[in-house]
Amino acid sequence: MKTAIIKYNAGNIRSVLFALERLGVEATVTDDPETLISADKVIFPGVGEASTAMQYLRERKLDRLIRDLQQPVLGICLGMQLLCKHSEENNTDCIGIFDLPVKKFESPVENLLKIPQIGWNNITGLHSVIFEHVPQNAYMYFVHSYYAALGAETTAIANYVINYSAALQKDNFYAVQFHPEKSAEAGQRIIESFLKL
Amino acid sequence: MLTKRIIPCLDIKDGRTVKGVNFENIRDAGDPIELGALYAQQGADELVFLDITATNERRKTLSELVTRIARHVNIPFTVGGGIASVEDVNVLLNAGADKVSVNTAAFRDPGLLNSLSREFGSQCIVLAIDTRFEDGDWYVYLNGGRVKTDTRTVDWAKEAVDRGAGEILLTSMNNDGTKQGFALDITSRLSQDLHVPVIASGGAGTMEHFADVFEKAHADAALAASIFHYKEIGIPELKNYLYQRGIQIRF
Repeated sequence: MKTAIIKYNAGNIRSVLFALERLGVEATVTDDPETLISADKVIFPGVGEASTAMQYLRERKLDRLIRDLQQPVLGICLGMQLLCKHSEENNTDCIGIFDLPVKKFESPVENLLKIPQIGWNNITGLHSVIFEHVPQNAYMYFVHSYYAALGAETTAIANYVINYSAALQKDNFYAVQFHPEKSAEAGQRIIESFLKL
Repeated sequence: MLTKRIIPCLDIKDGRTVKGVNFENIRDAGDPIELGALYAQQGADELVFLDITATNERRKTLSELVTRIARHVNIPFTVGGGIASVEDVNVLLNAGADKVSVNTAAFRDPGLLNSLSREFGSQCIVLAIDTRFEDGDWYVYLNGGRVKTDTRTVDWAKEAVDRGAGEILLTSMNNDGTKQGFALDITSRLSQDLHVPVIASGGAGTMEHFADVFEKAHADAALAASIFHYKEIGIPELKNYLYQRGIQIRF
């Protein structure tokens, strides 16, 4: 099996690589179109800022390439947000697999809500094959200031004052807002389930 | 619900944990990776590795160690100790650290926080403050608590957050090592004044101290070292206790 991680200007790729390594999977980090298209699984990770990342992807035509991928794709954190339609983060048009807006968390009362959300939060309403081995209310590690709204493609819900999409799925595209690569055993099982697709 | 975090802190010197630890179920308690992995398995929510190596080789040793930790530990971890530049941070994040903590260098050159948050994002920049209460207020200390400043901790914390610090790791020197509980007043002030998470550190001696710092001082996370290393409090029993008290905790 060939697993490819999309190489672009958003960090955190190494953590994903190490998580795969712990599962005995060797992955290639690449922005080469051929390698990405021919991979069995593609992971689209990311920590960073939406507009800079989208600009980088567009310049290399990676946005279209990602949109056309046929194999299972897993977007993580910023990767998930970039798979949505539009992000409030510097008013950025994104790839648009998921027809959902990405908005910024807003504290209802000053300083009540710490932004970014940093830490472990539980996920509910799980209904995707990648959550097959994870119980309802499992805790995952989140670090983010922006969130994808709820929609028909939501496969897990988290709550941070409001309910939002902790995971999305449409066709061959899977996406999670949290970091499975940093979410202990539970996160590891999600990556495993994805790799088995 | 977002949970409160329990964070064991490991002091590192020349790639080894410093404080004497005695765990039967690991082969080498001086090995930061084994100890870190054990804490992760026991339910620690994050780890902090604080490097106190003073030699010239420290940078290379530390980045190699960080990579080994990142390979083996499946929860987030922060690396701190002597970090003074964008390049230092770049090396550590590339090596696999999730966050870095800066202290004295950021105080001496506050612009460092702006540069770091611009370059890497606030979410991975933790500002560590060592503070002591005297003459009616809490003041910032530098160089591991050896150098006093005239700056009030609340003022520095606010400025640091404005400049891009994504979390505050607050250590009370008055409380550190006493096992009499965390500094609730200053932790509470910062938690309520700032829109970033506050990690309380220094003074943990009982499980009730953790409950107090979460309930009374609204800390987002609590850090401790020796009580975990010397097994005075086990992480599973601590989490169970906090859960029974109705505090949001991850199991």
